Amino acid sequence: MTKNSICAWQDLALGAAILEPGNAANLKTGAWRTLIPVLDEDKCIKCGLCAVYCPEFCITERKDGFFRPDFDYCKGCGICANECPKKAIAMVMEDK
Amino acid sequence: MLRDIDLSGFEKITAKDLPTECMVSSGHRACQGCGEVLAMGMVTKAAGPNTIVANATGCMEIISSPFPETAWKIPWIHVAFENAAAVASGVEAAVKALMRRGALKDRPHIIAFGGDGSTADIGFGALSGAFERGHKFLYVCLDNEAYMNTGIQRSSSTPYGASTTTSPAGKKSIGQHTQKKNLPLIAAAHGIPYVATASPAFYLDLMNKVRKALSVDGPSYIHIYAPCPTGWGMPGSKSIEIAKLAVQTNVFPLYEVVGGRFALTKKVAKPQPVTDYLKAQRRFRHLSDKEAAFIQQTVDGNLDYLQRLVAATNPEPAKAKKPKAKAAPAKKAAKKK
Repeated sequence: MTKNSICAWQDLALGAAILEPGNAANLKTGAWRTLIPVLDEDKCIKCGLCAVYCPEFCITERKDGFFRPDFDYCKGCGICANECPKKAIAMVMEDK
Repeated sequence: MLRDIDLSGFEKITAKDLPTECMVSSGHRACQGCGEVLAMGMVTKAAGPNTIVANATGCMEIISSPFPETAWKIPWIHVAFENAAAVASGVEAAVKALMRRGALKDRPHIIAFGGDGSTADIGFGALSGAFERGHKFLYVCLDNEAYMNTGIQRSSSTPYGASTTTSPAGKKSIGQHTQKKNLPLIAAAHGIPYVATASPAFYLDLMNKVRKALSVDGPSYIHIYAPCPTGWGMPGSKSIEIAKLAVQTNVFPLYEVVGGRFALTKKVAKPQPVTDYLKAQRRFRHLSDKEAAFIQQTVDGNLDYLQRLVAATNPEPAKAKKPKAKAAPAKKAAKKK
C-alpha cells in the first residue's frame, strides 16, 4: 500500500460504497474564493432569497434572523449579491 | 391521450414553509455559480430525505462523488451514461418487492438525474423504455445544453447558433446549426402522467412541480434549465439572472403536461427580445442581427405551437363557446315574443 492510496482494497465496503453521508463537507471549498460577500445589515430585509439561490447550500438563518454564509464553503460566486432585492450584499476582494 | 390524473397526494409548498434541508451537502466540487447543482439541490429539498437517487454520468456525478467522499446525504447510485432510467426502474422494482414482503414500510421516492447528454443522446432509449413500462419514478433532466463535464461538446440539446468546442463558430460556421431537441414534448408523447419544464430562477414553481411529479402514480419527467457559467461564457453571479431571462424571452417557456393537458405555468406578459438573452453569453457572441432575427422567429414559433397545444388540450375554450350558444336561443325566444 503506497502513501497516496486511500486504504487497502480489503477495507473497502461492498461495491465501494461510501458509508458516511455528506462527507464531501470535509473539503472546505471556501479556499476557492477571491471575492467575499459582505452583508449590509441596515439594508437587509431578511427575505432569505440569498439562501434559496446559494448553489453551495451554505447560507442559513442565524439566531439574529439574518441569513449568513458559512465561509468554510462559500466559493464567492456572487449570486446572492446579484439576486438580493435590496442590494444589501456587496462582493469585495478578500484579504487572505 | 387525455386523462384525469390523481393529484390528491400533492402537498403544495409556499414561500412561508419552504423546505430548507438540502440532501446535497456543502463542499461539493461544482464551479462557482453552478446553476445545475442549485437546481438539483432544490429538487432534493422538495423530495425530502426519504429518497433514492440514480445518477447518470455527468457534471452532477463528478462534482458530488469524488471517491472516497460523497456530497449525498441520501442513498445514491452512480450509473453509466446510458442507463439512469433503467437503474431507477430496477430500484423501483426492488422497492415493490420489499414492500410486498413487508421489509419496507414507507415507500421512498425514486429519482433519476441525468444531464442533457445522458437524456437526449446516450440514455434516450433507456428513458423511453422506462416510460413505456410505467415505473413509478421521477426522471429529472438537468439541461445545461452541452457536454460540460468533458469540456463543452455539443449535444442534441444544444440550441441553434451556440458555439461549442465541437460546433465552433468561425468564418464558415455559425456554431450549432441544428435546432434543440424538444425533450419535454417527446416525454409527453409517451403518454406519461406528468411532464414539466422548470427553472431554478422560479424556485417555488420548480419545487411544486417536483412535489406534483412525485405524487402521481407512474413515471414523470421534469426538464430543468441549468445555467452553466463555464460553458456558456458568463460570470457565475449571472446564473440566475440568465435563467430568468430565458423564461422572460420565451427561449425556455415554463409549462406542465398533466395527463396530456398542457398548461403554461409562467405566462410572460411582455416578452423581452431574444437579443437580451443572446448578448449576455459568450457562446452566442458571434451571431449577427440576421441570425438573431431567425432565432427570435423560432422562439416565437415554438411559443405559438405551445399555445396551440394548450388551447387544443384544455376544455376551457369549449366552455367559453357554450354561453354564446345559450345566448343565441334566448334572443330568438325574445324575438318570438
